[in-house]
Amino acid sequence: MIKNADQIFVLLQHWVMSFFPHALQSLVGVLLSVVSIICVFPALFAISVLLERKGLGRMQNRLGPNRVGPLGILQPVADGLKSLTKEDIVPTSADAVVHFLAPVFLVVIVFMGYAVLPMGRNMTLVNLDAGLLFFFAMGASTELSVFMAGWSSRNKYSLLGAMRAVAQMISYEIPMLLASLVVVMMTGSMNLGRIVDVQNQYTWGLPHWYIFTPWGFAAFLLYATATTAESNRSPFDLPEGESELVAGYFTEYSGFKFALFFLGEYVGMLSVSGLGATLFLGGWSAPLAILNWVPSWIWFFGKVMLSICVFIWLRGTLPRLRQDQLMNFAWKFVLPLSLLNLIVAGLWRFMGEGLTRWVVCSAILLVAYVVMARVGMRKERFGPRSYRYAE
Amino acid sequence: MTIVFYLIAAITIAGALAAMLLKSTVHCALALTIAFAGLAVQFLELDAQFAGFAQILVYIGAVAILVVFAILLTRGSEAPKGGVFSKSWPAGLAIAAMVFAVLGWAVLSSTSVLPNETAKPTVSVLEIGNALMGRYVLPLEIIAVLLTSALIGAVIVAKHEKGSAK
Amino acid sequence: MFGEGILKGLAETARNFAGSFVSADRLTTVQYPEQRIAPIEATRDFPFLVYDGADWEAGLRCVACQICEKECPPKCIYIEKSADKKPDYTGKPQIYPARFDIDISVCMSCQICVEVCPFEAIKMDTEFELSTTDRFGGLLYDRKELAKSNEHYHKIHPTEAAEVDARLAEEKAKAEAKAKAAAEAAAAKAAATSAKPVGGEIKA
Repeated sequence: MIKNADQIFVLLQHWVMSFFPHALQSLVGVLLSVVSIICVFPALFAISVLLERKGLGRMQNRLGPNRVGPLGILQPVADGLKSLTKEDIVPTSADAVVHFLAPVFLVVIVFMGYAVLPMGRNMTLVNLDAGLLFFFAMGASTELSVFMAGWSSRNKYSLLGAMRAVAQMISYEIPMLLASLVVVMMTGSMNLGRIVDVQNQYTWGLPHWYIFTPWGFAAFLLYATATTAESNRSPFDLPEGESELVAGYFTEYSGFKFALFFLGEYVGMLSVSGLGATLFLGGWSAPLAILNWVPSWIWFFGKVMLSICVFIWLRGTLPRLRQDQLMNFAWKFVLPLSLLNLIVAGLWRFMGEGLTRWVVCSAILLVAYVVMARVGMRKERFGPRSYRYAE
Repeated sequence: MTIVFYLIAAITIAGALAAMLLKSTVHCALALTIAFAGLAVQFLELDAQFAGFAQILVYIGAVAILVVFAILLTRGSEAPKGGVFSKSWPAGLAIAAMVFAVLGWAVLSSTSVLPNETAKPTVSVLEIGNALMGRYVLPLEIIAVLLTSALIGAVIVAKHEKGSAK
Repeated sequence: MFGEGILKGLAETARNFAGSFVSADRLTTVQYPEQRIAPIEATRDFPFLVYDGADWEAGLRCVACQICEKECPPKCIYIEKSADKKPDYTGKPQIYPARFDIDISVCMSCQICVEVCPFEAIKMDTEFELSTTDRFGGLLYDRKELAKSNEHYHKIHPTEAAEVDARLAEEKAKAEAKAKAAAEAAAAKAAATSAKPVGGEIKA
């Protein structure tokens, strides 16, 4: 019974597949999974948009939307209807083809990332051996769509926003890759299913999640920072800073294309949360061995929604970082720490089991953190101003 | 030479042709991205997962962005004044034909030498890693040195500009 | 520098979030129009004319002196004097406005009309939900719409109204005392005139 609840979606898929002739069965199975991903994650997007608006409101001593439906539950429906029926304005001097393709490209690429996420036991769409690499390849391609959006609008401010966004995204891509690389190194495989399987073991009822190791904890924090920057999310949301650049690279988009960009951003946020949950929080495994009776997909989606809540919490708390502060932070703090984390993880592996490796690795990471905070983030001393073109 | 191969090849060649023939430089860069994607899909079709995804990650995720940034920052985004084709196109055509001939001869002669592979070689990431760290460690380190020197050179050039304007 | 500021900030927002469900001072939203904030006493929105007693035409304090019309900065008041007179609160016959229009779409609530009125006739109301669908005259209020009783004035501005009433009562008492003194003097004069001998009056 418990196993059935856990595998309910897989069983449903097989049941539907059984209606079709043998030759078409695999195609139907894949189609079903794809359609369910395309339905579930936009629904989660709607929920997270609502959660964000109400959560941010409560954090800011106000109610969020509460007029549409009880407690404002139907607000995303109203927003969706509004986006669909708004006039789709394309500026005359804009590059029509690229302007159209940018949001399409973004949404397609972002949805591709879900193909490798293990959403429950036996619930991965494609269990690729190089799954993590596929996910990051998709993440890297989204930057191109951001650039396309900003450039095709033929608008100085959009272009500026796009350049800033792309600069930010490529700066934080390396720490994100390095943080995830530690997990790959310790697991010995890029297969996301395997990474979850390794974390699914329990010692004295506590799980072997990577976040509970010193290098894993550091990697998780670095990964969280890097993905917040990758999704252009507060406090790294200067490219779409509403008070600075109107809407940054998607200023010239209205109606459904804007909704697609919005969808792309949130769905991207959900997918990197999913990956973070897979890499560091044990994917679909339960936090305590005794809780294994709860279906695995509930744990996965619970962890994803928890990450979304943390994203919203960060947005409500932190002020926006300036572009140069952002870049400084990436190159002078996050990147060196992630490199050091790799070394510490290697040290962990070579030191063998026992308490010493916990103490030594934690000590190295803490000292490095303190030193980097004091040295790397020291404010530059301002000398006399020099001008590039004025003399 | 299946239908899938022809389809992917058609897309790749179309992208490369568009990259040559389009007027706007940024459009050319985007068409080049399509050519990169075609290559990546080609790798994936041959079951070389690592190579395919690394191609997407590196080429589309980094090189294409670099090309686009370079175009933007050097004002190449305006359409070229004298049309798309250069004046010395016969020489270009001759050189391209020669390069194609050399590459074609290399590929064809290699396929005639190698026996028909009946078993697909298992190229997992583990094996690539082992090879890189074992047999091919010297080329890896040389590439690292090359990239580092390129990075240092870029920093020096950028710093020089700032310094000479003082 | 080590991130403790971020942690403190996160704790603060979490406290706000949790507190907004339990305590009222962490959730200061007033859900208009179901809930309303009570206006303070000095609230002012648009002017109204005060009348004493029950009959608005008879008790209207305004004497059409037109000072408010002249002082109004956007010139939103229009007054036409009447032809006849009616007695005011001290009994003295005064003219009254036959027409007193205020265009509240022009009125900027500066209260200058209230400050310059010598007769305490025009005061500021606290009503602001006055939107109407009539584009062409819906916000042009005439004398009848503007006239509101003194009780209403007491309700919306109690201390002011009490002050005004005290002042007006004082004026009325003074006027009555003066009238009484004048009446007494006239009576005394009349008595003296009637008591004087006729012959003593004629002088050569």
